[in-house]
Order: sequence, then C-alpha cells, then structure tokens
Amino acid sequence: MSIKRAAAIVGVGDVELENGKVIGNKSVFQIQAMAAKRALDDAGIKKEEVDGLFTAGLWGLPGVGQFPSAVIGEYLGIQPRYSDSTQIGGSSFEAHVGHAAAAIQSGLCEVALILYGSTQASDSVRLPVKPTTLTGQYETPFGLPNPVGAYAMAAHRHMHQYGTKQEHLAEIAVATRKWAQLNPEATKREPLSIDDVLNSKMISDPLHLLDCCLVTDGAGAIVLVSAERAKDCRKKPIWILGQGESHSHWSIHAMPDLATVTSAQKSGKAAFEMAGVTHDDIDVVEIYDSFTITVLLTLEALGFCKPGEGGDFVANQRTAPGGVFPLNTNGGGLSYAHPGMYGIFLLIEAVRQLRGECAERQVEGAKIALVNGIGGSLSTSSTCILGRD
Amino acid sequence: MTEYKKPIPTPDGDSKTFWDGCSEGKLLIQKCNDCKNHIFYPREVCPHCMSDQLNWVEASGKGKVYSYTIARRAAHPSLIEDVPYIVALIELDEGVRLMSNIINCDVEEVRCDMDVKVIFQKQEGMVLPKFELV
Ligand SMILES: [Zn+2]
Repeated sequence: MSIKRAAAIVGVGDVELENGKVIGNKSVFQIQAMAAKRALDDAGIKKEEVDGLFTAGLWGLPGVGQFPSAVIGEYLGIQPRYSDSTQIGGSSFEAHVGHAAAAIQSGLCEVALILYGSTQASDSVRLPVKPTTLTGQYETPFGLPNPVGAYAMAAHRHMHQYGTKQEHLAEIAVATRKWAQLNPEATKREPLSIDDVLNSKMISDPLHLLDCCLVTDGAGAIVLVSAERAKDCRKKPIWILGQGESHSHWSIHAMPDLATVTSAQKSGKAAFEMAGVTHDDIDVVEIYDSFTITVLLTLEALGFCKPGEGGDFVANQRTAPGGVFPLNTNGGGLSYAHPGMYGIFLLIEAVRQLRGECAERQVEGAKIALVNGIGGSLSTSSTCILGRD
Repeated sequence: MTEYKKPIPTPDGDSKTFWDGCSEGKLLIQKCNDCKNHIFYPREVCPHCMSDQLNWVEASGKGKVYSYTIARRAAHPSLIEDVPYIVALIELDEGVRLMSNIINCDVEEVRCDMDVKVIFQKQEGMVLPKFELV
C-alpha cells in the first residue's frame, strides 16, 4: 500500500537566528511555540484542529525530554489522538512525514503537527559523549570524537576504495556557501574558497573544520493534512509523493560498508518507487550535510551517481547556484544553520522552493523535490519526494 | 583543578566475559554454533540467524585497519594529553570489526588495510584491547 498523495504539507514555520543563536534568549519551548504558530498561520489552520503530534528532540535529557511529544503537547495545549516521537536523529522528521501521512490515510488523524527545536548554541552545550554503558562501552573508552569521528572514518574508507580527494569534499562546502550567500537568513555568508576549506583546522582526519556543519540554535514546524483538508488551506498543497526509511546500525563499527549508506539506498529506492518518478524528474535536492562526506555518500546511495563517482559528481561546482544540480539551496547545515538535528529544515526549504517563495535563491520552475535525512553515525535515513500540482 | 579519569567500559551481562578475557590477555569473541559466523560485540542471540547457541572463542588478535581517523581534538577532557591519537576500526581475521586505538606509531603512518595485532593496555584499572602496526 502506498501513501502517495494521501497527505500534503500546507504550513511551514521557523525562527530567525542572529549569529546562529535565537534572538532574545528564548527557551527551547518558546522557539518551538513560535515555529508552530507560524506554521499553523501559514496554513490557515487553528491549533484546535491539530490531532496528530510528531516530535523528536535532544532537549531536556535526561528528564522531561524522554517524553517529548507529551511535554510539547502540554506546553502548546494539544491533546492529540495520534502521537509519535520516533527518534532516529537527523532523519526523524522525514520519517515523521511518512508516519503522519500513513496515519492520515488510515483516518487516525487529519491535521499533523511536526515539530523540532534546539537552543544548543545559546546553551553552549554540545552533543554529549556516549555513556560507557551498553554499546557505548565498545566506543567511548577509545576516544572517538563524536559525531565527527565516525564520518571521518567513512571518508577515509571512501578515499581508500575510490580515490576520492579532500578537494572533492571541499567543493561541497564551497557550493553550499554560495547558496547561503543568496539566503539572507543564513548564518555564514562570507565568501569561501576550496583553499579556505583545505587550510581550515583539521578536526578529525580527513575532515577539516569547514567540512563540518555549524553548531546553531533553531526551531522548525510543519503542518501536514489530508487531501480533503488541504482543499481549504491558505497555501497550495505540497504533496507527499513518496517516502521511505531504514536504518542499518547504530555504532559505526557495525556499519556494513563504510563507503555505502545502505539505509539511504533503501529509503531512496522506496521513495522513488512510491512516487513513480525518476532521478531526471527531480528539480531540487535537499540532503543532510552534517559533514561534506555525508553529502557525497548520500548522492551515491540515492543513485544520482554510481558508487565511487560522488567526487566527480560534485566537482567544478556542479551543485552551486547556476550549476546543473541545485543542492541544499538554503545554504545547508554547513552554512545556513544546524541545530543538532537538521532534518526538519530540509523539508521546510523544499516546501518553500516548490511554492516559489525563495526569492534570489529560487530554483526556476521547481515542481518536484527530493529530501533525504541522515541520522546517527550514517546510521539512519529517510527520504521524502515532494511535489506541487 | 579537576582531574579527569579516562572513560572505561561498564561490563554487563553481555560483555563481562569479553572484558575479563582482556584482563587475562585474551581477545574473546563469540562464534555461532549454527551459522558459524563470528560475532562482535557479544550478544544473547546471533544477529545473523537468531540462534542462542553461541560459544566464546579466542581470536587470533590479528587483523587489518578497516578505517581510522586521527583525533586532533580530544573526545573527553582526560584525553587532551593524548592528542593527536588514532581511533580505528579493526577488522579481525575472524571477520568481525571492533573499535580501538592504534598505538606505538607515528599517527601519520596509518593507512586503511594495514596489518595490525592486538596489544593489551591498562586504562584506569581495566584492560583494553589496543592494536599495533606489524
Ligand atoms: Zn548464527
């Protein structure tokens, strides 16, 4: 059974940042409330109509964060009849879209609110070190820098197997920065060269500082409704054409092949088959750039190029504004913002592109977008293919 | 000044035999009696075939560097003096992978697929399996 066109995104919302931080020292609840209110206003839907609540967070852990949908539900005064706090890291929100569409199709809810927020930059807290219990006991005692170390190992393996170069990875950071320069909301907008990336401080070989995403605050919200309810919204529907998800491992040592993201292969294949479209039909692509290597591996896994050809695919600024392959058009996690789990912002940018709301960075005539989230240590993936009428 | 201790594993029902083995200088891993695959980390059932017929066997301690990184920033305050250090995924000859450090070499020397062998090293009262180039 397929969820194709069972549901549409009719509202999106986020919050402004200043130097990567929320303005006015707002709390992680305040900014999620702002994003939710903006998304509902965008759709022209009242809060009372929300009957499905989907959220995942890194806030409030350990403690209230263990129950994120119940806590945010209480804060916003939402008592849903469908609740999902699937937490698979950065790809959680692409999974939420699929789960919400399936719930809507089954009649288990009609108006779904998907929500995320983080004040990690304002709070000066970084992703915590994995505890030395359970599977962490086989990693943490050896001092793997988290999360960059696992991605660095994948980069080394890809370089070893396919001859990929640090310059290839730098191409991605530079192209993404060019998109950020067209986005007034982006955190990093100063010009960037390949040499700047290669000369930036080495963090975890072979990844430099400028191969790594930003550490910022941020909040985002999405309103997803049934096809019926979508007829009467303020904004035109952006349809869920296809969705897939998978995970292959948690600890990086258990990743089947460090040069191949099998979870992205599976989720991409499922989404393409459900949508009934081909790679050539995709007008704009938003994929997870936690690190430059994440982008290269995901492009291969999704089948935009063959395994090992990611380096050539991104060479010569092919993914920059004016290039043949518009990618991460808001400036991505590398230059726009990256509040811990970035997946919801990929969806928000895709919706804005398909609506034609992106001003200077607008991809002309974009009708179909592909969004792919990646979470953990290249562990989890979910793909959404979105389209307008 | 705060004194930071290096992180050490928390042995549990799955792992106690493994860590006890390390303290005796043995790299013990599981082998499935049904599908004959070796298994790491230790589990109650085989992740290949769900069999609960698992035996402990001593691994040869030989393997290859599957991949690695050079940590230029410490993952924990206790490791600041160790920077730069190598964190690697070791593929044992038995076919399983584990995370460890490659020690007693210049960090710039290490490459994927180099041969390594196990060497046991004390850390805060426990014994961890580390590896050296051969
Ligand atoms: Zn078995």
